[in-house]
Amino acid sequence: MPTDAVDAMRAEHIVKRFGALIALRDVSIHLEKGEVLGLIGDNGAGKSTLIKILNGFQQPDAGRLYLDGSEVRLKSVSHARSLGIDIVYQDLALVNELSVYHNMFLNRERVGPPPLLNNRVMKKLAREHLDDMGVNIPSVEVEVARLSGGQRQAIAVARAVYSKAKILLLDEPLAAMGAKEGAIILDLVRHLKAKGDVSIVMIAHNYAQVLEVCDRVNLLQHGTITLDKRADETSVVELTDLIVAEYRAARERPA
Amino acid sequence: MKQSVAARPNLWAAVVDAILRRREASILVVALALIFYFQTANNVFLSPENIATVAQYAAPWAIIAAGEVMLLICGEIDLSVGQVFALAPFIMNFAFQAGVPLVAGVVIALAASALVGLINGLVTVLLRVPSFVTTLGTLFLLNGFTLTITQGFPVQTPGSGAFSLILGHGTYAPILWAIGIMIAVQVVLTSTRWGLHTIATGGNQIGASESGVNIGRIKVGNFMLLSVLGGFAGILTAVRITSMDPLAGGTDVMFRAVAAAVIGGTALAGGSGTVAGAFLGALVLATIFDGFTLLGVSAFTFDMILGAAILLAMILNVYLARLRRVGK
Repeated sequence: MPTDAVDAMRAEHIVKRFGALIALRDVSIHLEKGEVLGLIGDNGAGKSTLIKILNGFQQPDAGRLYLDGSEVRLKSVSHARSLGIDIVYQDLALVNELSVYHNMFLNRERVGPPPLLNNRVMKKLAREHLDDMGVNIPSVEVEVARLSGGQRQAIAVARAVYSKAKILLLDEPLAAMGAKEGAIILDLVRHLKAKGDVSIVMIAHNYAQVLEVCDRVNLLQHGTITLDKRADETSVVELTDLIVAEYRAARERPA
Repeated sequence: MKQSVAARPNLWAAVVDAILRRREASILVVALALIFYFQTANNVFLSPENIATVAQYAAPWAIIAAGEVMLLICGEIDLSVGQVFALAPFIMNFAFQAGVPLVAGVVIALAASALVGLINGLVTVLLRVPSFVTTLGTLFLLNGFTLTITQGFPVQTPGSGAFSLILGHGTYAPILWAIGIMIAVQVVLTSTRWGLHTIATGGNQIGASESGVNIGRIKVGNFMLLSVLGGFAGILTAVRITSMDPLAGGTDVMFRAVAAAVIGGTALAGGSGTVAGAFLGALVLATIFDGFTLLGVSAFTFDMILGAAILLAMILNVYLARLRRVGK
């Protein structure tokens, strides 16, 4: 795929085995700058393994990873984060007992006259940042526990963006969410896309929603990419057919 | 006229609402109700002498509870703090006998207390022993250690003049220390990074560490804080009653401090709690203890009432927490 611009991230021939099981047999993907890439595939196709490799949680057995054109070896999650790769696992990183703005600034707190926290500044910055991202919550002072699932996840994404993430990995951001809640996240992704500061890989099961917000879709089957198309060149029907065909083939294969 | 009639239920609803929402407020109401009851039952309850007595009961419990709240919030517990309470005055005394100035002896005793907290914390964090078990071990270990080095005998507390007045012998010295410590620890909890990280550690350990919070350091630090406060409470008490007893404190003072924290609204599961609430919890326990003594109720009955109070407070906490969640 010859492009003039350097990809935000590129993975080439990634292989990952767990004993006899080959989770990823040969995966090559690329993520253009400012792009939203949808990563779909049936359960067990290797999506979570791939994401764990992209965020440094696991190391591949073979293959290369490039950030902004230069090769990197991600040693750990925090190493990946220091390079601007952040993952949002639904809302699991938030502390329910803390307010929205304390969550946004967790471990990056602004301190006023030491050792006291500068809550006034943190509230103001959190409010500005959330407004800027189009995240709508009544107050930054409420405990996160009181927010809905969609709002919590929006806060988690906003926090990752605020921490200067360049590449966001969204692991099933729409799982276990109603239509209205899901719409909050889709709006947020659209908003981020419009601003173009971050590149996003989004894992999802709902193909209609994937096609709605993503620029491009990659289908992962049996540890390899079997489809790479622009979202406007494919359809829910095509994607569903591919997955179902895979299922049928597996069923009809002699055990 | 009509307006004020209509406004009144709203005002009451607002007041009730505010009380339900603030953890400290509900325990404050309990404290005031108890004081009212005991004063009605026996009019010496609010005499200056008796107020001083209640304050002296409450002070060590409140001081230890302040530290225990921090530890409970970050998801741990310390059962050994009552033994630090007993040990610290002896260390101060040994240092003094060895020729060290008394104030330096206090510092040495507090440093030794911090060391106990450090050990509790490191065993819990690095070796992943549950703190309940770690501190159960150090509880017996310290108790045996104190009995061994003292051979089981009480000793007269050294010191006089301003030293003993300030460090516990002044009538209101212990409670003033307790109030100061309560305010300081409450500020640490609600207004500093340390407090925020303590809540985050107990509320979502994985999330907190993914954000880069050093949860091990937070836990060890809070173990040390509690141990230092336990040692300090022990010294205050030894100076107040002018003798130190190797059997002082122990599980009694530890469980009362935990009870004060829990009654005051701190969750044993971690993630939330209030130092001011624990202070009021200690005050409520002291009020019950003293009030029933005045009424001639025996110490045996007191434990039954304490047990019932803890159960009631926990049930109320669970219920209020649910109300708060539903509220908005």
